[in-house]
Amino acid sequence: MKELFVLAEHRQGELRDVTFEMLTKGREISQKINADLTAVLLGHDVKEFAKTLAEQAKKVLIIDDVRLENFNAETYQKVLSYLISERQPSLTLIGHTAFGVDLAPSLATELKMPLATDCIDLDFEGERLVVIRQVYGGKVNVKAMLRKSESYIVTLRPATFEAQEVKAAGGQMIEVASPLSEDITYKRFIEYVQPPAGEVDITAADVIVAIGRGIKDADNMPVIEKLAKALGGVLACSRPIVDKDWLPTDRQVGTSGKTVKPKLYIAVGISGAFQHISGMKNADLIIAVNKDGKAPIFRVADYGVVEDLFKVVPVLTERILEEKSS
Amino acid sequence: MEIIVCVKHVPETAEAEVTIDESGKRIKTEDLVYDINEWDDYALEEAVLLKEKHGGSITVITVGTEEADKTLRKCLARGADRAKRLADKAFEESDAFATAKILHKTIQNLPFDLILTGAQAGDDGFAQVGGILAELLGIPHATMIKKIDVTEGSVKVNRELEGGLEQVMEIKLPAVLAIQTGINEPRYVSIMGVRKARQKELKVLNLADIGLKEEEVGESGSWITVEKMFIPPVEKEAEILTGGLDNIATKIVETLRARGLI
Repeated sequence: MKELFVLAEHRQGELRDVTFEMLTKGREISQKINADLTAVLLGHDVKEFAKTLAEQAKKVLIIDDVRLENFNAETYQKVLSYLISERQPSLTLIGHTAFGVDLAPSLATELKMPLATDCIDLDFEGERLVVIRQVYGGKVNVKAMLRKSESYIVTLRPATFEAQEVKAAGGQMIEVASPLSEDITYKRFIEYVQPPAGEVDITAADVIVAIGRGIKDADNMPVIEKLAKALGGVLACSRPIVDKDWLPTDRQVGTSGKTVKPKLYIAVGISGAFQHISGMKNADLIIAVNKDGKAPIFRVADYGVVEDLFKVVPVLTERILEEKSS
Repeated sequence: MEIIVCVKHVPETAEAEVTIDESGKRIKTEDLVYDINEWDDYALEEAVLLKEKHGGSITVITVGTEEADKTLRKCLARGADRAKRLADKAFEESDAFATAKILHKTIQNLPFDLILTGAQAGDDGFAQVGGILAELLGIPHATMIKKIDVTEGSVKVNRELEGGLEQVMEIKLPAVLAIQTGINEPRYVSIMGVRKARQKELKVLNLADIGLKEEEVGESGSWITVEKMFIPPVEKEAEILTGGLDNIATKIVETLRARGLI
């Protein structure tokens, strides 16, 4: 029986959402190619995870080793390359996460298997694997084909597939002996660190005005701050603003920052890379201001203004202040 | 400390409108401005900071046409000591895997303690080159790097994970590190730097020079080939407000008032 592997991702005692998203997509493909959906679980003391995964997959392969307790791409690669070589799955799905990007490219190179990363869709056309990816910051999609192979590796973009509830699959739990014979000393996990909390908690705000690359210069920030103040909201931002140190890390909205769900989110000069969108798409009302009418932010916004933000924002701020004083 | 930085010359598209050309497999690039890939910009700066602290030299490498010399010259002006550009008709259409093979062949006989790449490129966004290159060289690697501390024979790095969390790892040198944006503040190019850069070596190498076969690079040496490009389908479209700034502001104020947000 053919197999389709899904690598379960977990961190600090929790299975991560991307695992269930991959199981959902993996189930659909496994039915199409007539393969068993197999969850691969690497870790230490992960019995509870195995039970959860068995509700969703036909099989759960468990390798329990203290050396797998915290993610380390080197140890993960050793174990996965062993499992994939042994069982030759048609496809292995890995999350396109901080863990997945550390692991998949070197794993595929070692196994001499074609890899496609950051995919938002995939399908078999005959024996060939076809994927959809986004390029140029989400402004263009690509349909691409992988070199023909018996076995493929794909990393899936998180928060792209909706994880579906399924009736318990009663999957078989299979414990596999760890192939790790010694400690890996050339790459060691030391610890997790959480940056200290700042004075403003943007996740608690009802109104957020967020700025991005489009504001061009730190000197332009007061213009937007005035709008945020007029609305009684807080200022947040997309990644480039934090990279430039114009705002502290705890103001960043997106996958590597905070996920927010305010009543109002005004995105100013933010083009809307998926990393940002996944952190704010569930806001009740989204208004976007961007001079590029094709910017991806307009695909999640309720209202859009295609204009120079430096023209729009002062007028809007003025009108809001007038409205409040009348 | 001998550092190699792998960079890519890419079109800046974050603030530009992007359209697809007649072939349906590429974007129109005539009106786009090209520059060093944003992630590589941080990687180069990190190399310069490490050199300032620990001494040594920096070699910057790219795979690209003559146009990419602009990016290499910029790196030399910012503090790299020498540059290599890999150029050959056969390299066209190379994906991340084929590109990493070209870099591997170029690097394998060079002295180095550390190789830096950007965590991904702003154009194709594969986020693969660092990991593949490390595997081909048989050395360890780590990606999404937000902090580097050099210790005796190894580095202690912070990797950026989701939700603001970081993971601290210790890695033996030589190693490949793929740099995340925001790790430092890339410096501006000085006039003095530009002048000095003119004296620095910029070497161009081709397929035969690095000893690869034609079928190992380009489309035939790649894992993945583009079938077609298309503008993403619109699932939900924002209502675009028009009619001049006053009308736009009025519509927004009305909407906010209706929802009790003002």
